[in-house]
Amino acid sequence: MLRELKEGLAAGASAEEVVSAIFEKIKRSRLNAYNCLSEESALERAKNFDKKPWGGLLAGVPIAIKSSISTKGIETNCSSRILSGYIPPYDAHVIERLKEEGAIIIGKTNMDEFAMGTSTETSCLGPTRNPWDTDRVPGGSSGGSAAAVAAGEAPAALGSDTGGSIRCPASFCGIVGIKPTYGLVSRYGLVSYANSLEQIGPLALTVEDAALVLDVIAGHDPRDSTSAEQDRVFLPHTERYLPSLTNGVKGLTLGVPEEYFGEGVDPEVEKAVWDAISKLEDLGAAWKMVSLPHTKYALAAYYIIAMSEASSNLARFDGLRYGLRLGADQDWHTTFSEIRAAGFGPEVKRRILLGTYALSAGYYGRYYLKALKVRTLIKEDFERALSAGGADLLVTPTMPFPAFKIGERIEDPLSLYMADVFTVPINLAGVPAISVPCGFAGGLPIGLQIIGRHFDEASILRAAKAYEDATPYHEAVPKEVV
Amino acid sequence: MITGEDVDHISWLASIKVSEEERSAFVASFNSVLDYFHQLDELETEDVEPTYRVVDLTNVFREDVVKESISQEESLRNAPRTENGYFKSPRIV
Repeated sequence: MLRELKEGLAAGASAEEVVSAIFEKIKRSRLNAYNCLSEESALERAKNFDKKPWGGLLAGVPIAIKSSISTKGIETNCSSRILSGYIPPYDAHVIERLKEEGAIIIGKTNMDEFAMGTSTETSCLGPTRNPWDTDRVPGGSSGGSAAAVAAGEAPAALGSDTGGSIRCPASFCGIVGIKPTYGLVSRYGLVSYANSLEQIGPLALTVEDAALVLDVIAGHDPRDSTSAEQDRVFLPHTERYLPSLTNGVKGLTLGVPEEYFGEGVDPEVEKAVWDAISKLEDLGAAWKMVSLPHTKYALAAYYIIAMSEASSNLARFDGLRYGLRLGADQDWHTTFSEIRAAGFGPEVKRRILLGTYALSAGYYGRYYLKALKVRTLIKEDFERALSAGGADLLVTPTMPFPAFKIGERIEDPLSLYMADVFTVPINLAGVPAISVPCGFAGGLPIGLQIIGRHFDEASILRAAKAYEDATPYHEAVPKEVV
Repeated sequence: MITGEDVDHISWLASIKVSEEERSAFVASFNSVLDYFHQLDELETEDVEPTYRVVDLTNVFREDVVKESISQEESLRNAPRTENGYFKSPRIV
């Protein structure tokens, strides 16, 4: 799809018309996918492109950005009251890369507040709706990015994935989303939630589109000290992901983890994933059952680590250098405590407070250190399953069920956390994964998750592309919601 | 078991004021979440090393060279309260 758009623009189609048509669509829509539009700057850049077209991998292509990624001059509020009106003075590394390759930033997408959620319901600006059924959530936390792409309100988008925040909404909205290997994409300019877990990645309509955007944003950046060196980022045989798409699945062995099926998984989801495995087998892949024995402990370990890191990362929001400031200043502690009480929503408070507790004197060993040790066991599960002579890739459902109803789970935090059962282990292990559409249940999209070895995005993409080419699910488009 | 007093203590540590209403809700949800966390106790981890970083990294050093940064004006643009080119904070003492 991006290729057709690029070819059209290269052949003389007007970027201004493309961008204007998208803004018209966004304004008609009641999905609430965006929390801020950069209409003026986008139209100006499109006009300049039409006058004097430039080159680049994304020349003239409009793109939407999750509100947790810093964009110079465009409000970046993380869907939180405490950052309402915050305008970053600099671009994130990924934004610099998009601009260097000629893309046009059209706006910032709605999300769970500070990326803490699985449904985009914790946004201070109200929930985003799922374009396939507006009574349902789009998934989260990058729900605005996924809904925008699925509904044609952006040709592609960036999200961030701490425990499934790209793959979950991609699955619920019937599109493609990639969580890259930890260290592949610079986090410089990403508002931190749980920094040892999160990565920025693309959401797009096709595997090819996602690979193209990944090509643009991947690579070393000295400003992120966890960014991997260039020679580790790309495999010896490829400097770009796009060319790896044509390799097919012959010669690949898929591992099917037994713990990702059975109790708690919707039977229609399970059937769609098994059908996908059969399809990949028809295309020439081998498959075998594997075991990731510590899977049931991943959720608890994930939430302890994520909340602990959040309690530290979100300590910076004090209303001093940016953000909300209330009333007359009192003493230091009272002032900050009141600003933070008014500025954060209930889920963000819950995570900061629980994280503070997990790190506090007397509990550090029981919770945080314990979770880091369990993280080791989970990482070793993946290393064993994906070792030489084992599987090249793992294939699972992305989510245990299709999109749930708005309001259905938000009152019970634990039931909402449970939805992340198949996505969080991937962030704990730091491995890359993609979600691609693999069917429908009652009219709602189902996602197939393909997981690979560290820095082997190329194999994930080639399997995903072969599957996509052999199936029709990515072609389905939801009816326009106005 | 987490009590209301525990929530008050954590709220002080985290610098987030908690209302009476929030306090009782947090007591309930903290206890259910922590109960769930306790399933990790089933695992023997005495000899397991913790994982702080998933990708092997060593300390990254660079030359201490002065580079261009954002201007004072830019730095202060988002600040709700400023005075004479400084961020204005509440009184410390």
